[in-house]
Amino acid sequence: MSIASRIFTKSIWVFHLSTGSCNNCDIEILDCLTPKHDLERFGITLVGSIRHADLLLVTGFCTKKNAPRVKTLYEQASKPLLVAAVGACACTGGIFRDDRNYCWNAPLSEVIPVDLFIPGCPPKPEAMISGIVTLLHSFTGRNSK
Amino acid sequence: MSKKRTVSVPLGPYHPLFEEPEFFNLYCDGERVVDVEWKAGYNHRGIEKLSEGKHWDQVIFLVERICGICSTSHPFAYVNAVENLAGIEIPDRVRYIRSLVGELERIHSHLLWLGLAGHFLGYNTVFMWAWKYREPILDLFEEISGSRQNYAMMKIGGVRRDIPIAKIPLIEKSIADLSPKLEMLSSAILDDPVLSARLKGVGILSKEDISLFGAIGPVARASGVAIDVRKDFPYAAYGMVDWKVITREEGDVLAKAMVRLEECMESIHIIRQCLLGLKRVPEGNIGVEVRDIPGGEGIGRHEAPRGECFHYVKSDGSNQPVRHKIRAPSFMNVPTFMASCVGHTLSDVTIILAGVDPCYCCTERMIRLFDLQRHSLSVSDSSLLERSRQKTRSIAAQLGRKKVWK
Amino acid sequence: MKEKKLFIDSIKKSFGRNFLIEKESSGRWYISLKKGQLREVVSFLLKEKGFRFSTASAVDLLHAFEILYHFSADREGIFLSLRLSLKRERPSIPSLSNLLPCALFIEREMRELMGIFFEGHPDKKNLLLPDDWPKGNYPLRKP
Repeated sequence: MSIASRIFTKSIWVFHLSTGSCNNCDIEILDCLTPKHDLERFGITLVGSIRHADLLLVTGFCTKKNAPRVKTLYEQASKPLLVAAVGACACTGGIFRDDRNYCWNAPLSEVIPVDLFIPGCPPKPEAMISGIVTLLHSFTGRNSK
Repeated sequence: MSKKRTVSVPLGPYHPLFEEPEFFNLYCDGERVVDVEWKAGYNHRGIEKLSEGKHWDQVIFLVERICGICSTSHPFAYVNAVENLAGIEIPDRVRYIRSLVGELERIHSHLLWLGLAGHFLGYNTVFMWAWKYREPILDLFEEISGSRQNYAMMKIGGVRRDIPIAKIPLIEKSIADLSPKLEMLSSAILDDPVLSARLKGVGILSKEDISLFGAIGPVARASGVAIDVRKDFPYAAYGMVDWKVITREEGDVLAKAMVRLEECMESIHIIRQCLLGLKRVPEGNIGVEVRDIPGGEGIGRHEAPRGECFHYVKSDGSNQPVRHKIRAPSFMNVPTFMASCVGHTLSDVTIILAGVDPCYCCTERMIRLFDLQRHSLSVSDSSLLERSRQKTRSIAAQLGRKKVWK
Repeated sequence: MKEKKLFIDSIKKSFGRNFLIEKESSGRWYISLKKGQLREVVSFLLKEKGFRFSTASAVDLLHAFEILYHFSADREGIFLSLRLSLKRERPSIPSLSNLLPCALFIEREMRELMGIFFEGHPDKKNLLLPDDWPKGNYPLRKP
């Protein structure tokens, strides 16, 4: 994983994917880039293509209609690629995980491999930043505390 | 119009700024759009079915998550529907709190839209400023309700938390700080010749279009159709405070932007009167006790930032709804693309789509282009977003504006 | 209040005694119709009376389907719902899509979720459900 540890500790590029979300998590992700939190000063930026991304942020509970697309997108991406499930829906399905739900497919972690789970509905930007930093530090062996 | 012999290439299924997957088939003849087809459903989450399995008070938490931006609009319409069904009368304090939260949400939603519209045009400073000025509103929500989003304030027969008198000065100060910034943004947009050239006359919807598509909210009001559920069918505190419906006549994207900005100013005016109301009525009376929901049906509506949000509930006297029909405002507004995009160039499509302010959770954002002339996709590596920004730059160059406030 | 009453009276007068117009205690109005009368009434409400189409909702009552078409006269402050009952076996009703483009999408939604057939609707494709959703499986019907 030495290539990964070199890539993932520099300015990571992020691709954001919504798989059937209410948009709260998506807005909070964008919020991280705006002046209050301003992740762009660390070189972290959103990219338009999965092929340029180091980290895939997924929101939403991965509906039946979306699942094949998510899988295809993950396969198209160049590896190594980290995947973070942002929000309760991406982590477990949240309030939409219900036997009655005819759109429910399976948790995201059963569709693509997930490296980081950030629970919350929505998780605050501080929680997202903390989660991503913890993940990145895991490559350098640094304790995020 | 022939749709044969066309090649479609998805323009990035998921674009970072297009939050939700949204799917439009755009049929174009060279650079001009001749037809638009809307494909929805990538965000369909079965909420109406889920609602039938939840208790009346649990449904509020479910419908809050229909849309994150208008997170209180759906619970607001839902509690209106259930109170309509059961004939519940709410106290004045509840009315003021509900209207206050609804108007704060309107301001945050319109500022969010303004930022994204600025980003689509290449005005990244507008994006950053609008979202920066949005933050104090989210901090206010956290102060009032404990959460920046999904504030969970609505309850059948009342509200879940009071706004104590001690918190009112904080709300007053935040609103007072925001007001000059909104005025600055409004005048900057109106005074900018590049923005005027870019947005004036683009994506016009006539009054007839509004009527045929049943369009609502700022989309309708920007075309001179003065419909607003808060005024036409007053609920909460909207019949108790003095305010006016904002309209413009032009119907283009600039008119839609100005209607939204002016509505923010009007929302501040409503909030100030609600705060006065909260000081007048006794603290603590934040709801009536509701034991049972009788059989029957109820309809509740709320003027969400995007337009009329409609909820219909049917009860058989048990503790769960038999049927819960939800119609978000964007369901009526998004199809107006069929009228507003046709005839425009590809570089205008993004801002016309954005002008309707589609609630991202109802719509997808993938656009497929079918070029009828060359029978192929005419756009290879540049996206529609880049085309939109390129048009802004070329207009700036034509107007001789080297340093553009963006 | 007086203007609202005059407005409703003018609607009642136009239809004569064919239609039942009832007022809910909550201030909303209902007209009960048969499906053959739907297009004429909708056309009248839209063109003569200036109503706005808000949406339509369908309910599975087990013995029948009930569709409500909701209209709003915003200036007058009147909310009116047209109530129609359809047979449970092969429910069908004329489409409003050539009167109202906005009905195109709500009718597609009701078709795929409730299994109600809209006669004359130009688009039979699914709007919300995946394209490979099994035929005959209508999620919002009561089992």
